[in-house]
Amino acid sequence: MESSLLYFLGLSVSGLAVGSLYALIALGFVLIYKATKIVNFAQGEAIMVAAFICYYLVTLFQISFWIALPLTMLLTGLLGVLSERLVLRPMLGEPVFSVVMVTIGLSIFLRSLAGIFFGHHNYVFPSPFPAEGLRVGGVVLSYTHLWSMLASFVLMLAFFIFFKFTNMGLSMRGTANDQDTVALMGVNVRRVFALTWGLAFLIAAVAGIFLANVMVLNVGLAFVAISAFPAMILGGMESVPGAIIGGLAIGLIENLAGGYLDQMIGGGVKDVTPFVVLFVILMIRPYGLFGQEEIERV
Amino acid sequence: MPIRSKTFNESYYEDIKLFRTIWIKFWAVIFVAALVLLPYFGDPYFVYLVNLSCLAAVAAVGLNILTGYTGLISLGHAAFVAIGAYTTANLANHLGTPFWINLPAAGLIAAVAGAIVGIPCLRLKGLYLAMITMSFGVLVEYVVITWEGLTGGVRGMSVPAISILGYKLSSDEQLYFFLIVITALLLFAANNITRTRVGRAFVAIRDRDVAAEAIGVNLTYYKVLSFAISSFYAGVAGGLYAYTIRHIHPDHFTLLLSIQYITMIIVGGMGSIVGSIFGAVFIVVVPEFIKLFAQASARVFPVLEGRYDEEWNIAAFGLLIILFLIFEPGGLYSIWNRIKIGFKNWPFTY
Repeated sequence: MESSLLYFLGLSVSGLAVGSLYALIALGFVLIYKATKIVNFAQGEAIMVAAFICYYLVTLFQISFWIALPLTMLLTGLLGVLSERLVLRPMLGEPVFSVVMVTIGLSIFLRSLAGIFFGHHNYVFPSPFPAEGLRVGGVVLSYTHLWSMLASFVLMLAFFIFFKFTNMGLSMRGTANDQDTVALMGVNVRRVFALTWGLAFLIAAVAGIFLANVMVLNVGLAFVAISAFPAMILGGMESVPGAIIGGLAIGLIENLAGGYLDQMIGGGVKDVTPFVVLFVILMIRPYGLFGQEEIERV
Repeated sequence: MPIRSKTFNESYYEDIKLFRTIWIKFWAVIFVAALVLLPYFGDPYFVYLVNLSCLAAVAAVGLNILTGYTGLISLGHAAFVAIGAYTTANLANHLGTPFWINLPAAGLIAAVAGAIVGIPCLRLKGLYLAMITMSFGVLVEYVVITWEGLTGGVRGMSVPAISILGYKLSSDEQLYFFLIVITALLLFAANNITRTRVGRAFVAIRDRDVAAEAIGVNLTYYKVLSFAISSFYAGVAGGLYAYTIRHIHPDHFTLLLSIQYITMIIVGGMGSIVGSIFGAVFIVVVPEFIKLFAQASARVFPVLEGRYDEEWNIAAFGLLIILFLIFEPGGLYSIWNRIKIGFKNWPFTY
């Protein structure tokens, strides 16, 4: 095959791999937004903290990666429930601005605590995957990328089933739709909120562990979540399939823009592309591809 | 004859006066006298802290006009500060224009940028606005780093000292009165803006924008105006900042600075000029206490020896945001008000 085509395919595949992780992060955002109408700015910190938990489980306690993974998910989920209970619960019913600011406060608090404890140097995550890639018709696919894609899709499928067929999933969808009605029908809205935060942090844990493999593990990993905002907005804030498509699209666009424009403008294009996309979407179609248009009534 | 109690006004003019009672005048005089005497009797370190507080207060008041009065969130205020700082630096370096041209120019260019960012906000509210302003902040940060011809990139940019009638202001003591006068003028202007038709329109938009439109407030005009005024203040703050630290660098204008401004207005009190000043002073002073705290705790836990850095301050800001929003949403201003009313009505409770 031509080398330019190979270059394009290589960029696309690694873009999709990062994109699937963006999709996971965006899924975490969407979960919390759907149930509580809050955007959790601390999602990135959940990712970073989870990556560090897993790192220490694997290196310090010598636990196998495949046991450390569910353990990390559990611990991070608990952190989510705890944050909801301590920080978000007292803010129920406050204006949007205050609630958004509280999650921002939580995010910078967690991030700087992590900075104090872990420092700012890079850690090398002991990768459980073979280093050499899989060759498919000239394009090299790394096992880390393949596994992260697989993990994302398994998790998304699991959530689809959870929402569609379980009682708790139903009460979560109900809470998203109308809190008062659902409360009258006997759903414990507070428990639903706590569980939502737990689940969102649990998803973040998976995203974090694989991101630490794909990228590098340091406190700055938290900023990846900011790049996942555009994914959520592109898909529409309350749409699960939207989050997935948005995540994949942003990963793809970002990688292609980085691959082709970096030589022209000079480094760093990849990091700002998601924000340019965000800017454009918000100008043209603020409710995203699959979101509900907000109609204001007096 | 009515019994005169509390604030007793007999005319509209008395009601809108800036200093309404003799006590307010009294304390204002004491406060001004203390500020004037500080550099002669106080520690030079206090002078430095007051200078920092002035810079912070100008930007915080600007953000408060946008967020506290008009109810529009901005997570990208550092971008406007950066625009102001680099405008000042470029004008002063390349054209050699004096400060009384540079500072308004910094404000105006930031205001134009603010108005442009403000246009999409006509359709966006709450969360969306937080995100679009945040991405604007990230974009400006990127431009500042990449456009080396204009900004010096990561090497930063030096700024000449202000000169007034051939007298150069380069040290903290020399800048002290200059900064205080400029800050006082800007705060006075902000206070007046909030008392006029414009300020009342802002508050109406904050409380319920649809209702505001129904009673004849032109939403497009006032929202963009609020963005412009707010970024004007940020731009001037940026210009003052450039003149004070004399070497500007992209690292000064990150998302953290925006969050610091937000912390100031939340801690100080949203929708209050005095609150912005409280917040600015508080956020400037808090790191000093944290430094002391870190030193004290290092004595108890030797592990922490020498571990104090910027991260401790940021963690404290995060915690402050959370605690104030949960326990005292009105900020320091409402605490101040409670104490004031307590004294005023003493010995009665109300």
